[in-house]
Amino acid sequence: MGQYIADGIILGATLALGAIGLTLTFKILRFANFAHGELLTFGAYFALALSTVLAVGAPLGTLTFGWGFILVIVLAAVLTALLAIVVDLLVYRILRRSDIVATIVIASFGASLMLRNVVVLIWGNQPEYYFRTISIAKEILPGVRVTSDEIFVVALAAVLMVALHLFLTRTRMGKAMRAVSDNALLAQVTGINVQNIIRLMWVVGGTLAAIGGIFYGITVQVGPNMGFNLILPMFAAAILGGIGSVYGAVLGGMVIGLAESVSVFWIDPAYKPAVAFLLMFLMLLVYPAGLLGERA
Amino acid sequence: MIGLVSYLVFFLIQALIYSAVALGLNLQWGYTGLFNIGVAGFFLIGSYTFAILSGPPYLTHLGGFGLPWIVGVAGAIVLSAIAGLIVGIPTLRLREDYLAIATIGIAVTLQLVALNARGLTGGSRGAESIPRPFAELITNNFWSNVVYMVLVLAVVVAIYYALEAMVRSPWGRVLKAIREDESAASALGKNPFVFRLQAFVIGCAIMGLGGALNASFVGFTAPTDFLPILTFEIWAMLIVGGSGNNRGAILGSVLVWALWTGTGSLTQAVLPSGLQVKGGALQIILIGLVLMLMLVLRPRGLMGEEAVVSREAELGGEGRG
Repeated sequence: MGQYIADGIILGATLALGAIGLTLTFKILRFANFAHGELLTFGAYFALALSTVLAVGAPLGTLTFGWGFILVIVLAAVLTALLAIVVDLLVYRILRRSDIVATIVIASFGASLMLRNVVVLIWGNQPEYYFRTISIAKEILPGVRVTSDEIFVVALAAVLMVALHLFLTRTRMGKAMRAVSDNALLAQVTGINVQNIIRLMWVVGGTLAAIGGIFYGITVQVGPNMGFNLILPMFAAAILGGIGSVYGAVLGGMVIGLAESVSVFWIDPAYKPAVAFLLMFLMLLVYPAGLLGERA
Repeated sequence: MIGLVSYLVFFLIQALIYSAVALGLNLQWGYTGLFNIGVAGFFLIGSYTFAILSGPPYLTHLGGFGLPWIVGVAGAIVLSAIAGLIVGIPTLRLREDYLAIATIGIAVTLQLVALNARGLTGGSRGAESIPRPFAELITNNFWSNVVYMVLVLAVVVAIYYALEAMVRSPWGRVLKAIREDESAASALGKNPFVFRLQAFVIGCAIMGLGGALNASFVGFTAPTDFLPILTFEIWAMLIVGGSGNNRGAILGSVLVWALWTGTGSLTQAVLPSGLQVKGGALQIILIGLVLMLMLVLRPRGLMGEEAVVSREAELGGEGRG
């Protein structure tokens, strides 16, 4: 059981990072972005491409990667944030201006399929791994074995979440972003540049998605369908936590990660991806506002 | 010559089956504004239901009822309608995006079931030897295709006229009223949830019918037939043809299916076998580009929704569509 909880927390860290961007887009731009999963995919592939170019360096302690990979993560996050802004500029921004706002969800579904196939076109559809070396799992608690890489993933996710909390509550830009997400018109009246905040949102969402994707690449593998396979659990996390709530997304990500991992006790592991859907479905049925969502 | 004709027949059957599905989606999206991104899931239910009800006995999974073709089709319609009801009830009261998320979820879940519930679906190998109607009477492959094309055409025409009658009826006007201004429609005493649910369930039932027609045509059904790319193709068909226009949905289906099969044969002929995967990716990117350009440049599609002016308004001034 302990092992499954540990695995659930590791998966939950990835889902939480992805769900934060998803919930921000849902709140600020008011649409469900189906192409958000592909930001995770691209983050992971950018890191893959960069890690072959940049010397990864001698492994740090018991990790399978060196300082070079930290640089790779930063650069991949920057590239993914840029990609998010470019997609917004080419697709969503134009559709936001037109009268038919609703088509934006369909456009995001189309963008998701296109981006996924761009990955296949460039990198092929075989699974990839960052490192050749095998990470050795240590027993940290009786019956719970984790690798140093997995501890790194969870620790960095925690650091990022604290940083995001400080950014949203302590900085001017973070407060402006919350203002826009609460009421864009009112925020605009007080002199906040909404376009800048939208770009900032893509930077935050894209960065966290890229890192989430890299985490998935480190702990599982890299593949063109990884983002699509994660989009449903991420939506489930965002809905479970309450759409628009960043803390809800983190909580939801953890709940979904744990539930998927622990579910193998009762159901065939092949149905793991359906667990997220089932939880989301039940939540929508009984309490659509979500755990930490706003009361209507 | 006969080769070309038989290819054309083959092409038209598939295009017509997709038109039926696109007509179902048009009722949901075009007339009611409902996002169904799980088209493949309802198509899947129809396919497997038909295979189980009308197919031969299978050694390893459920089937062997050997029911008449029409009963299998009816079963497919009923079961996909029930699935639509289950998905619709919790989500149609909420903001429209929730339906999109829930439908993609049901499609993914159903695909998992198709892949893993071997006793029910045959797992990754799928169900085989699914019969066509009149299989005992017509053994010639070409004529079997021709007869099937006529049958599918009749079904599509029937769906078309039924939908046209529905959307032009008071019921159809309520759907459009809810799509355009929900609070105004509810102020007039129309319950938006009930109307949305009806439109959604009928649309899903038509998609299930499409699935049954497809299973009967192809003769087998496997989990890989129901990937998100299918949903994407149907959406592209509707958007290109013109959502909110039933003739547009049919036209779009034929055009997009021609583009899809055309580019498919082209990449197969031109690219070496090692690059086929990349060719397939390129094909999807191309269709995606068509969809995107359509959404941005011509959001009403080739045939937009026709403007409807009420009889009373015709007398006084200009009405807006």
